[in-house]
Amino acid sequence: MDTLTQSPVQAAAAQGVEAPVLVLDKVSLAFDDKVVLREVSFTLLPGHTKIILGASGSGKSVMLKLIVGLLKPDGGSIYVNGERTDTMSERELMKVRADLGMVFQEGALFDSLTVAENVGYKLYEESDMSEDQVRQRVEEVLGFIGLHDFTDRMPSELSGGQRRRVAIARAMAFKPRILLYDEATTGLDPITATTVDEEIIKLRDIENVSSVLVTHQLRDAFYTATHEAVRDTGGIRVQAASDEKSDEAEFLMLRDGLICFEGNAAELRASKDPYLKTFLS
Amino acid sequence: MIQHWLKAAVLEVQEYVRLQGATMRAIVRGPYYWHDIIEQFDQIGLGSLTVVVLTGFFTGAVLALQSGFTLDQFGARPFVGRLVSASMIKELGPVLTGLMLAGRVGSGIAAELGSMVVTDQINALRALGTDPVRKLVVPRVMAGFLMAPVLTVVADTVGIIGGWLITTFQLRVSSGVYWTSVTEALYIEDVWMGLIKPFFLGYVIVTVGCYIGLRAKGGTQGVGRATTNAVVTASVAVIAVDFILTRVLFTLMY
Repeated sequence: MDTLTQSPVQAAAAQGVEAPVLVLDKVSLAFDDKVVLREVSFTLLPGHTKIILGASGSGKSVMLKLIVGLLKPDGGSIYVNGERTDTMSERELMKVRADLGMVFQEGALFDSLTVAENVGYKLYEESDMSEDQVRQRVEEVLGFIGLHDFTDRMPSELSGGQRRRVAIARAMAFKPRILLYDEATTGLDPITATTVDEEIIKLRDIENVSSVLVTHQLRDAFYTATHEAVRDTGGIRVQAASDEKSDEAEFLMLRDGLICFEGNAAELRASKDPYLKTFLS
Repeated sequence: MIQHWLKAAVLEVQEYVRLQGATMRAIVRGPYYWHDIIEQFDQIGLGSLTVVVLTGFFTGAVLALQSGFTLDQFGARPFVGRLVSASMIKELGPVLTGLMLAGRVGSGIAAELGSMVVTDQINALRALGTDPVRKLVVPRVMAGFLMAPVLTVVADTVGIIGGWLITTFQLRVSSGVYWTSVTEALYIEDVWMGLIKPFFLGYVIVTVGCYIGLRAKGGTQGVGRATTNAVVTASVAVIAVDFILTRVLFTLMY
């Protein structure tokens, strides 16, 4: 096949490289006169983590919305699991979204539903699973994030950290292979934030979920990048990651709609760029 | 300035029509969220019963009271029933039920959907593979369209009973005379008119509420604004649509 007509996914397959689960190819977006993203490109490999940093309003959250198809780009293309999604209709997108979980800023839990109903929402409403199977899966997921006593609570009765964890549970309940986190730890105290970080790490390393994290909380970004979850006799443990594992988490810094840095945690720390230094200080 | 305003107005109409198109397609094609549909019938229909009964009752009563004294001047007090039934069934029943629904249901829908928009719940629904039109708009439109006529019939009935109470106990006209007078003045066309109108009014109230709610932006303040806009727009729409329908139905039926 002519390389010019190949999609980035086909190109990767042709080169014998592991096919990326997510590709953004020169994606641009503007709201009226305000340019949010200018030809932004990146790829995400299975089981890897992409951490998108940037100041407020730098277009980080917009990027996640583009990936899920909640927004359409003005230019460029987006591939999820090898399928081009930016040209799909809302109906076609519904199928792609079966493999995409998104954790929204502040959780976006349905406040008229209980925790269990929130977590099992997709399984109850959009799948053929029986009620018993759904209940079982919901319990399993709530157990995974350590909230099994909260099944019948309403979202309004939960603390900020609990809401985020329920949001993660809701996004992972239908076992998507890609999870997108929009500021999952913003506004949380450091201890609760670490709990949320550990859930993200566990999902990535135990369930082999590929993740895109959008955040401006550097502490959490570095924590997620430099830790790994392992299963041992006592259950699941989170520990400092090997260098090889740390390299699987890649940082991406957005500034004025452009990517101004791309690299791993060590490279980010060592960067001499004045803007990055201000951000890191 | 005027150009800008006109453009915005045309855009609003276009988006409103598009939402209706999407709703119609969803109603025709399915799948349906039956649980939500039943819940909305309960909330919009049963939930509005009290306010509609009270409005209907007092309107019928005051109608009898006012017209009784006016008719007295012509020695026509026994005709009170005619006035009450004709006004209630043709005009006041549908319009007042519509206005009450605009206040109660239109505002409730705009507030609920508006807060779902500003807290990203609508986006969360889409991300979870649910079409918000199917899940949220269709059940409300079905319930509004079908429950408004039922509530109007209730308002008419209670209004006529209110009129009867005032006529017999205050105006001292005998029950028999009142009830004969109520049925005497009613033509089948009037009944049809009173029944057809509320379908349209219910539809307009609910679609306006859904549209304005789904377009809310700007945090809690935006939700407040959306709620006010929904009530105002739906109320004006009720009166305007009632006028247009009356005109059309007169041409078609009488």
